[in-house]
Amino acid sequence: MTGKTRLVPAVLIGIVALAACGKKQAPAPAPAPAPENADSLAREQARRDSIARAEQARQDSIARAQAEADRQRAAREAAMKALTQVIYFDFDSDVLSDEAKSALDAKIPVLNANTAVKIRIAGNTDERGSDEYNLALGQRRAASAKRYLSQHGIAEDRIDVISFGEERPAAQGHDESAWSQNRRDEFEVTAGGDNIQAPQQ
Amino acid sequence: MQRTTILAAAAALLALAVAPLRAQQDTTRGVRIGLTYQPGTKPGVVVLPIEGPWGDSVQTILQRDFDFGDRIEVLGQTNATALASRGSINYGVWKTMGAAALVQVTLANGTARVSVHDVAARRVAEARDFPLSATPGSEDWRMAVHGIADEVERWITGVRGIAETRVLYVRGGRVYVIDSDGYGERALSQGGTALSPTWDPSGRYVAYSQFGSRGTSIVVRDLASASTRTLTTTPGGLNITPAFTPDGKSIVYAHGEEDGTDLYLAPAFGGGPARRITVGRGTDNVSPSFAPDGSRLAFTSGRAGHPEVYTADVDGSNVELLTPFNFGDQNYRSNPDWSPDGRLIAFQSRIDGNFQIMTITLRDRTVKQLTSEGVNEDPSWAPDGRHLVFTSSRTGVKELFVLDAESGRARQLTHGAGARLAAWSRVLGHAF
Repeated sequence: MTGKTRLVPAVLIGIVALAACGKKQAPAPAPAPAPENADSLAREQARRDSIARAEQARQDSIARAQAEADRQRAAREAAMKALTQVIYFDFDSDVLSDEAKSALDAKIPVLNANTAVKIRIAGNTDERGSDEYNLALGQRRAASAKRYLSQHGIAEDRIDVISFGEERPAAQGHDESAWSQNRRDEFEVTAGGDNIQAPQQ
Repeated sequence: MQRTTILAAAAALLALAVAPLRAQQDTTRGVRIGLTYQPGTKPGVVVLPIEGPWGDSVQTILQRDFDFGDRIEVLGQTNATALASRGSINYGVWKTMGAAALVQVTLANGTARVSVHDVAARRVAEARDFPLSATPGSEDWRMAVHGIADEVERWITGVRGIAETRVLYVRGGRVYVIDSDGYGERALSQGGTALSPTWDPSGRYVAYSQFGSRGTSIVVRDLASASTRTLTTTPGGLNITPAFTPDGKSIVYAHGEEDGTDLYLAPAFGGGPARRITVGRGTDNVSPSFAPDGSRLAFTSGRAGHPEVYTADVDGSNVELLTPFNFGDQNYRSNPDWSPDGRLIAFQSRIDGNFQIMTITLRDRTVKQLTSEGVNEDPSWAPDGRHLVFTSSRTGVKELFVLDAESGRARQLTHGAGARLAAWSRVLGHAF
């Protein structure tokens, strides 16, 4: 009730004032009285706050989406990185080291989460052996990794193998540090690589 | 008397000095290091100046071919022009100069009339007309002159020369061919990565392996038509290291997919499936080389855990380890090449971390080390069974060198870094 009784005179004054303005074409009145100002400022503040909240919510939502996108991208990148992670071998050997096996283990969930993906494993050797025998050794290294993946449930027809022998070294030197980088299997995605999904955790 | 005593004492001292050295050399099982080069045991031969516009070229080519053949001592030309211009041959003077034979060539109407004088017997020992119809200076003309050199070498030494031959090799992924004297180098294949070129026995066809998107295939190129054909008997996977059978009809090559690499035999020009030769059970079996009679082949196999050279019948049976190794020995021996006379197999063996060229006799398995400077790989015999071409890093980059296995004399064949995987042709009676 009290609110209503207070409102009535205010409305009346407003109407009078408007009428006066219309009649006299008087200049704009002085700023509204204090009580009325306080109220409208609060409302304005509330409006601003609301806008700010909405903006914040929007920003938060964008940030969350961005973070999610970042997370997904990072996961996809991690998945792709795991999938193409190079594995290394000892001299004149196609035996998978524990390190090579764990690198292959990391590829398995990615391959399972992306059934359209096909890969090509390229076997490589260092420069020390016979150029010709090294082609066969590279083939054996690629086949060794393929065998491991297929034993862990990856369909054989999703994996091609190729050998480059010592023809495509990753490192150019003529010492063990270069040789150890060149005795390797490289993993290339040959199909279904456009939208790699990270495996569900 | 006194002189002979001193000589005897010197000889005894020498024997004492030499004895421990020999013992030391013999400690490596079956390996004899050291070469015996004995100049002066070769007949001295003078190529008389040849008249006509291309006379100098013919004389130079003949002299270089004799020199590269390592069976003839080419004598200098100090007074040759003056001596020759007198019209008649003064055998006595030539004999004083150390000449055993004189080669006299007359060029006329697309023919080279060649006479060889036996200086000791003071007469013409052999004479023949050789056609030289090709454009002077052309590749065919050069090969024809090489053919003259080879035949003259046969007249003088009893063994035909090897100048009329060519060498295939790879550089930068392309197959090249070069004349045995280092001239006429040209690329045969375009782009891509080609490896392991080899000749068919006629010299008309060349086979090599070529990288593709799905693996490696064997390509057969006809040098006469420049056309190529890809072997499709085992499509996909690894198809490498081709070798023609001695009848030229088939190719043995190494094929591998996911269970090791084995040797297969397939028709070189189509018309049938491939037949598997080796049963490597997941190991690598590559780089076949045929015995000249075609009865057996040598190849590299990892079946013992590390690469060694084996021989087998052409159907894959009767496999024998050729290169000796002790239990636990992790040496690396590979890339055999059977000599044209059937007596020896050349191969590469890792010595102190570097590959060196070795030969092993088939009769008693005597091993001989032929190289020691730099890394030396992939030997291939010349048709004389005496010279070898191989890859050497002795200049700091990979180049082809030719080695006389008897004298130890070596010469550089190619001049352009990265040459490797050489294959020496048979005698090319006709240039393609």
